[in-house]
Amino acid sequence: MHLAELNLAHLRAPIDSAELAEFVALLEPINALADDSPGFVWRMKESEEDPTATIQHVYGDHLLVNFSVWESLESLWNYVYRSDHLAVLRRRREWFLRMAEPTMVMWWIPEGTIPTLAEAMARLERLRTEGPSPEAFTYKDSYASSEAASLPAAAEARK
Amino acid sequence: MSDDDLDALALLHDPVRRSLYEAVAGRGGDVGRAEAAEAAGVSRTLAGHHLDRLVEAGLLESGFRAPERKGPGSGRPAKVYRRAAGERSVSLPPRDYVVLGAVLAEVVEELGAEDEADAAARRAGERLGRRRAAALRADPGPAPSEPPDDVVETVLRERGYEPYTEGGGLRMRNCPFHVLSLEQPLLVCSMNLALCRGLLEGLGDDPGRARLDPRPGECCVALSKTNGD
Repeated sequence: MHLAELNLAHLRAPIDSAELAEFVALLEPINALADDSPGFVWRMKESEEDPTATIQHVYGDHLLVNFSVWESLESLWNYVYRSDHLAVLRRRREWFLRMAEPTMVMWWIPEGTIPTLAEAMARLERLRTEGPSPEAFTYKDSYASSEAASLPAAAEARK
Repeated sequence: MSDDDLDALALLHDPVRRSLYEAVAGRGGDVGRAEAAEAAGVSRTLAGHHLDRLVEAGLLESGFRAPERKGPGSGRPAKVYRRAAGERSVSLPPRDYVVLGAVLAEVVEELGAEDEADAAARRAGERLGRRRAAALRADPGPAPSEPPDDVVETVLRERGYEPYTEGGGLRMRNCPFHVLSLEQPLLVCSMNLALCRGLLEGLGDDPGRARLDPRPGECCVALSKTNGD
């Protein structure tokens, strides 16, 4: 099983504004770090050519979307919190507003499959309304892939 | 505190087992039987016996390292030991600060009080450092001419960071706040950095030496060389 992860950030200002310029400049090196991290499998990209292009979506222009697949909870953890990514993360308040509801969700997927952004958003919604479960969890309440493997396929979350 | 914890820790009462455990834990990675035996000054057979007891008790984990040469005649893979990931603690009377710490961390997050938490950690570190420096002045111990960097290393070791030198600076193998850092990594790593900076300041050292340099499996803070570099 692989681990899918969706993470939303509420932009303080439009992505092309001066306020966000430093963040946009960090996109290329920090995404390159992710791509080279042990256990990295896939991440959604808006463009193969422009590393500063952020994912276009229908959920509101103020939301920045981060959507990726990893081999394990540990590999994602080590990239997020045990690499130079941590220093960027610590500056989050300069660029993003606090959100009261959960903004990050993880779930297990069969290797070789890539979920859609719509499914990812549905997983986050499920976490927000029903709390953590093997189908939609966080680091604070995480589930091993074995706990998800015995469940009926992800169909339910797609409804 | 569980009986398992107490039983496991009681195993370390034996001086041979204790030095074997320390030899393995101090390396921060896989250690072979021969290497551990040498560090503890006992025979390989005796070391093997005690190391396996430590594995049974869950203090160490064992695995196999593939032989360097491949193919026939290269021998069996060597058994290696490393410190177990789980933690053991014994407190008499029973105490539980982790649950309260986790609750307080959640409050900080809900209030968005990260800056205040950092400031409080900095002050706490400074107090700890100042007190330790005063105690060292009063009783400098067996080595009164200790250079300042050794004082910092000693204090970090006392506080459970397990420091080691690398490239002229200090890195730390252990996060003393590990369980909380898994739940609230951003808050705990920031507070830890502030605490280390305060500690340096309290010890009369340069707080700017402490910086975040996270690596998998280690503390997120590292100390650069002494002032001026």
